[in-house]
Amino acid sequence: MSDLLQPLPRWIDVGVIPVLNVSMAMIVSSILLLVVGIEPVEAVTIMLHGAFGYDEGIGYTLYYATNFVFTGLAVAIAFHAGLFNIGGEGQAYIGGLGVGLAMLLLDSSMPAFLLLPIALIMAALFGGAWALIPAYLQAYRGSHIVITTIMFNFIASAIMVYLMVNVLIMPGQQSPQTREFAESAQLPFMHEVFAWFGVNISQSPLNLSIVWAVICCIGLWLFIWRSRWGYETRAVGFNEKAAVYGGINPKRVVLISMCISGALAGFVGFNEISGVHHRLILNFTAGYGFTGIAVSLMGRNHPVGIVLASLLFGMLYQGGAELAFEVPTVTREMVVAIQGFVILFSGALAYMSTPFLTRLYNRWK
Amino acid sequence: MSDLFLMIILTFDAALRVSTPLILCAMAGLFSERSGIIDISLEGKMLMGAFIAAAVAAVTGSAWLALMAAIVATMLMSALHGFACITHRGNHVVSGVAINIMASGLTIALGHAWFKRGGQTPSLLADARFMPMEFPFAEQAGNIPIIGTIYKELLSGHNGIVYVALGLVGLVWWIIYRTRFGLRVRAVGENPQAVDTAGISVSWLRYRAVLLGGVLTGIAGTYLAIAQNAGFVREMTAGQGYIALAALIFGKWRPLPALGACLMFGLLDAVAIRLQGVEVPMIGEVPVQFIQALPYVLTVVLLAGFIGKATPPRAIGVPYVKER
Repeated sequence: MSDLLQPLPRWIDVGVIPVLNVSMAMIVSSILLLVVGIEPVEAVTIMLHGAFGYDEGIGYTLYYATNFVFTGLAVAIAFHAGLFNIGGEGQAYIGGLGVGLAMLLLDSSMPAFLLLPIALIMAALFGGAWALIPAYLQAYRGSHIVITTIMFNFIASAIMVYLMVNVLIMPGQQSPQTREFAESAQLPFMHEVFAWFGVNISQSPLNLSIVWAVICCIGLWLFIWRSRWGYETRAVGFNEKAAVYGGINPKRVVLISMCISGALAGFVGFNEISGVHHRLILNFTAGYGFTGIAVSLMGRNHPVGIVLASLLFGMLYQGGAELAFEVPTVTREMVVAIQGFVILFSGALAYMSTPFLTRLYNRWK
Repeated sequence: MSDLFLMIILTFDAALRVSTPLILCAMAGLFSERSGIIDISLEGKMLMGAFIAAAVAAVTGSAWLALMAAIVATMLMSALHGFACITHRGNHVVSGVAINIMASGLTIALGHAWFKRGGQTPSLLADARFMPMEFPFAEQAGNIPIIGTIYKELLSGHNGIVYVALGLVGLVWWIIYRTRFGLRVRAVGENPQAVDTAGISVSWLRYRAVLLGGVLTGIAGTYLAIAQNAGFVREMTAGQGYIALAALIFGKWRPLPALGACLMFGLLDAVAIRLQGVEVPMIGEVPVQFIQALPYVLTVVLLAGFIGKATPPRAIGVPYVKER
């Protein structure tokens, strides 16, 4: 029966279904808001004001969005190769470790115009390397990448705790953190950059890495849709067997796409360590790696969609913090639950409405 | 010498306690994965079970009601997983991630709204908890060397759920290998087409397997919140659901080897706590983090085929499309 129905046109598939899915997630989120005792409309008003109402709020929103762009792109490139990288959290953590180690070693002997590119490269190298091992094991030893990347998150966390508590901790310090980097190793904040041009904006953690996030978006778009490697990546993700007949080596695709994925996740370490904390601390990744999954699914693995989803999640994080501040029954973790709903409706149940919409479309046409 | 013996026995005793939620979750994962549904949501379901158990115990004061409520909650989450993976043929891993993240956020958000303690539940009195069970004559037997010590310290004095978990492994083995349902679960994980051809509903079979997993994760959560501890603390599962998943893989998706892996990972945990700050002769102080990461490292090494081969059920993660 259903074979006789016309498939949905592209504008419904790309335009209507994602909006429908996110709407369903937002409806469930509203129910949650009602359960914890706050009017959804009031909550959204507070959140919007907190996220966009004043320039410090905007700064925070964009700072969170920067992290989500990195982890969202990381998940997306892996998805294009047909891989699910749950290890963004660990790759970001290790990427930050790379940045921290390099800066602690070099910051006394180099100027900023050398240090900052080194930090960027270290984030990519360490994050990429942390993704390369599961990629190698998937390509050549047949172990499933989902499981290995989960395991690598925990291993990364154990390594970081060990290094921070036993090796890198600043002497005389109670909490595990390193010394602060020299000024030359600190990526300028946006409020500093604006001040150079005589524009005054409020302080926020937003820093220059947002520029890099934009460059990464464009770069990834070019890579996936305008380069040979990107074509091979999509071919393997679409149909691995057919790709082999097309002369593509899927093993190489797995390695390359996971390396890029890990490097992108590693840039969270660049934003957090070079841009915000200026020292190594524990748990600076704060779940951003997992948010990347929601961002990527919501943005349909496309850079434009990922930017939009990142802004939405940046708003949710910053607005959620504001909401938790204003309303005593609300915690920031509310946003985590919303994130779960988005992954459920935009990811696991992404095609729930397709059969219904197909029938509706065919009748209407 | 007897001090050392006692210390070893006590370490095993602690290992048994920490293994219990792992065993329950591994068996839960076993049902689900043998039927072809990847279950990385053990962590989230256990967390939700723990929260609901603690919340219900705090409100009603009844441990049994708490257990029931936790099981209902985790079965609902399993049903959701089934709805996404079986009915809508969604990606199993994505659905699992969604459940884990939802559980992580919901437990804190609801806990904070209901109990106003920043995500914790009120601590429970003994009446509202499952308490350890002393075996008969344990005190007297303690005086007998070796056997008596083993009886008193290792076998006796655990929570009822610990014994239930161990017994359940046998039951799961029997269900999987000796019943018609178990045979079909194994078949549907390997070759759903064959099961379908035999006129058996693939979806219903998988739903039942996934829901059974829900029951077991509910018990695991209950154990964490109202048996091992006296209340819910945010993120109290702390990755144990993933360790259970690792143990399931380590046990090659079979009940008894999975039990062995759970006990081994539990023992590693107990040893890590005991070795904290202790100088081991010849080696020096072993970093706790190293021992804690060992289950994950071992699982990766196993999966990479360096020690044996772990072959998952053949149809795992593949959505089943009924032919028309």
